[in-house]
Amino acid sequence: MSEMKKIKNLKEFSTSADRFEGANLLCPGCAHSIIVREVLNATNDDLVLAASTGCLEVCTAVYPYTSWDASWIHIGFENGSTAVAGAEAMYKALKTKGRLKQPDRNPKFVAFGGDGASYDIGFQWISGCMERNHDMMYVVLDNEVYANTGGQRSSSTPIGSSATTTPAGSISYGETRNKKDMMGIMAAHNIPYAAQVAPNKWKDMVKKIQKGFATEGAVFINAVSPCTTEWKFDPKDTMHLTDLATDSLVFPLYEVIDGHELNITYRPKEKDIVPVEEYLAAQGRFKHLFKDQYKYLIKEWQERVDANWAYLNRREEARV
Amino acid sequence: MAFDKMELRDIEVWDGNFAAAQALRQCQVDVVSAYPITPSTPIVEGYAKFKSDNYVEGEFVMVESEHAAMSGCIGAAAAGGRVATATSSQGLALMAETLYQASGMRLPIVLNIVNRALAAPLNVNGDHSDMYMVRDSGWIQFDAFSPQEAYDLNFVAFKVSEDHEVRTPAIVNQDGFMTSHTAQGVHTIDDDTAFNFVGEYKPMNDMLDFEHPVTHGVQTEEDWHFEHKARQHNDMMTIVPGKIDAAFEEFAKLTGRKYNQVEQYDMDDADIAVVCMGTSVETAREVAKEMREKGIKAGVIGLRVFRPFPFASIANALKDVKAVAALDRSAPGGTPGALFNEIAGSLFNSDTKMLLSGYIYGLGGRDLTKKHLVDLYTELQANADAGKVLTQQQQFIGVRGPKLAYL
Repeated sequence: MSEMKKIKNLKEFSTSADRFEGANLLCPGCAHSIIVREVLNATNDDLVLAASTGCLEVCTAVYPYTSWDASWIHIGFENGSTAVAGAEAMYKALKTKGRLKQPDRNPKFVAFGGDGASYDIGFQWISGCMERNHDMMYVVLDNEVYANTGGQRSSSTPIGSSATTTPAGSISYGETRNKKDMMGIMAAHNIPYAAQVAPNKWKDMVKKIQKGFATEGAVFINAVSPCTTEWKFDPKDTMHLTDLATDSLVFPLYEVIDGHELNITYRPKEKDIVPVEEYLAAQGRFKHLFKDQYKYLIKEWQERVDANWAYLNRREEARV
Repeated sequence: MAFDKMELRDIEVWDGNFAAAQALRQCQVDVVSAYPITPSTPIVEGYAKFKSDNYVEGEFVMVESEHAAMSGCIGAAAAGGRVATATSSQGLALMAETLYQASGMRLPIVLNIVNRALAAPLNVNGDHSDMYMVRDSGWIQFDAFSPQEAYDLNFVAFKVSEDHEVRTPAIVNQDGFMTSHTAQGVHTIDDDTAFNFVGEYKPMNDMLDFEHPVTHGVQTEEDWHFEHKARQHNDMMTIVPGKIDAAFEEFAKLTGRKYNQVEQYDMDDADIAVVCMGTSVETAREVAKEMREKGIKAGVIGLRVFRPFPFASIANALKDVKAVAALDRSAPGGTPGALFNEIAGSLFNSDTKMLLSGYIYGLGGRDLTKKHLVDLYTELQANADAGKVLTQQQQFIGVRGPKLAYL
């Protein structure tokens, strides 16, 4: 049985031993490092980690340095998931053959990837890992853009966002497609556990990560990761942006068990729900939406978020 | 549940694919991560059946593409155990990115390539365009000319690849269909002896050693990348050849079958010679023998090791030969064939008076017949007699339409 950390408060959590060092090259205010620490700190068990090419990878393993005090591998942009799946297969093989150096350990296998690596180029690899139900966790650091290469759109980039390959202009409001429903697609693999998390709701997140670690089989986690550089907000406001994302219900927090049982895990009180407009207004990438010609898009945004929230509630209620 | 050993007859009738699958079973590979593709599919199927029948204790992961197959192999190898897979042609092309990652990360992996043409046009038959495509990928490349050799070379490949001074992945090539699907008598090694030859896997920088966490697959830019690539090349040039020779020697002691990086046939007094790979080697030997009966001193060089290229051995074998033909079974795409170039490179700064001509043959599974080779040896003898190459330097053999010759 794996060893779950008992975490009473944020201070205790933030001061626990790090296996992801603060010495890294991520931007000030980047949510990636916060999410990664929250995932790693949820367990005392040994870890086998992978990162797909992207911000997290290029900022944490620049030879001859490493920010990782745990086994870690990077291969390429699309295959962080399969790297960990291969390691997990080797663990099983060596366990069967009695050749593990530390047979008493209970390692957890975790792969991290950005939304570009996950929603787009690595989609097939993740699907394969989920379908085969490797005993692993895949975590998307979802900042809704190819941030590492300078802000190109991904299939996670939401409608109306100005990205460098879908820039807003005199005849364009930026990205024209809505964000891909990665959670829905991954849950449709009927994996034991899928969850959407946000680093501001750390208790909810740790609970889900621990649930994921305790699950035998494939686990998919989608973590919202506000990007100070590409979403264009002040680095000190990362947590504020995350609050806006969860409290506007643009980024609802929920889990899906065995592909069908959906539970909403964070339900802001009616009076605390933030209008989507506030969430959009806090970010430079949506600045152009506030011109008269595009204000209809803000209304559509709100309607879409409301509809999605209603859908999640119906799914939860229906238990199907 | 302990796995079962298999009782083999001294000589089994196996095709190249099944011979390779048997070798993987006997090496007790820890993880096979694979995706099927013609003509290498039966390796994967054969291994799957061994797994289903409890002849394999390790993990067998059927992934969703060849790229994922090698990605899984890399993760598994970094975790610290014996790893293998198999592919062909388009599968290898899809896998190509990860081949460079595997070798750059210095991970021992054995890849069986059943050689097949690259599309377009789509073609499932044998040529060496896939082997050539990955020739700069930093993998050791062995070439088997028969099912027996496809079997034997897998053991050698694991032994060399996993050596701690080598830690470089290795490919075992065999010709699609001509070797992979042609059943021949294969002298077997019993399970225990075979496993003892490759030995228990000795992990190094293994991710599953939690007392010593390691970081694999780092970023290096202009400050370090060059040193890493230079080191890889240096080890291929200086360490790997000796390790291959030592493994060939040890294998010969065990089985009586002696392999060489450059396989020479009737080369001692040869005036003319053909250099080739794969199943063509046997045909070339047959015809060379017949040419000798006609008084023409013909020899054959079969290239057993394509990477690291055995420059010195090739130069030594060819230095006194008057006329040599390099046979390349891959569309050259606007240049002489790779073998032509490398043989030329082996001898360029030497005193040899050797005349070299290049031939492109057998693309997409087109047969190389004895008649083709008789004509070729005759042409070489004419070059030798004239003291110069009488044809153009690059010719095509066996292609329909007007004769193609260049350079």
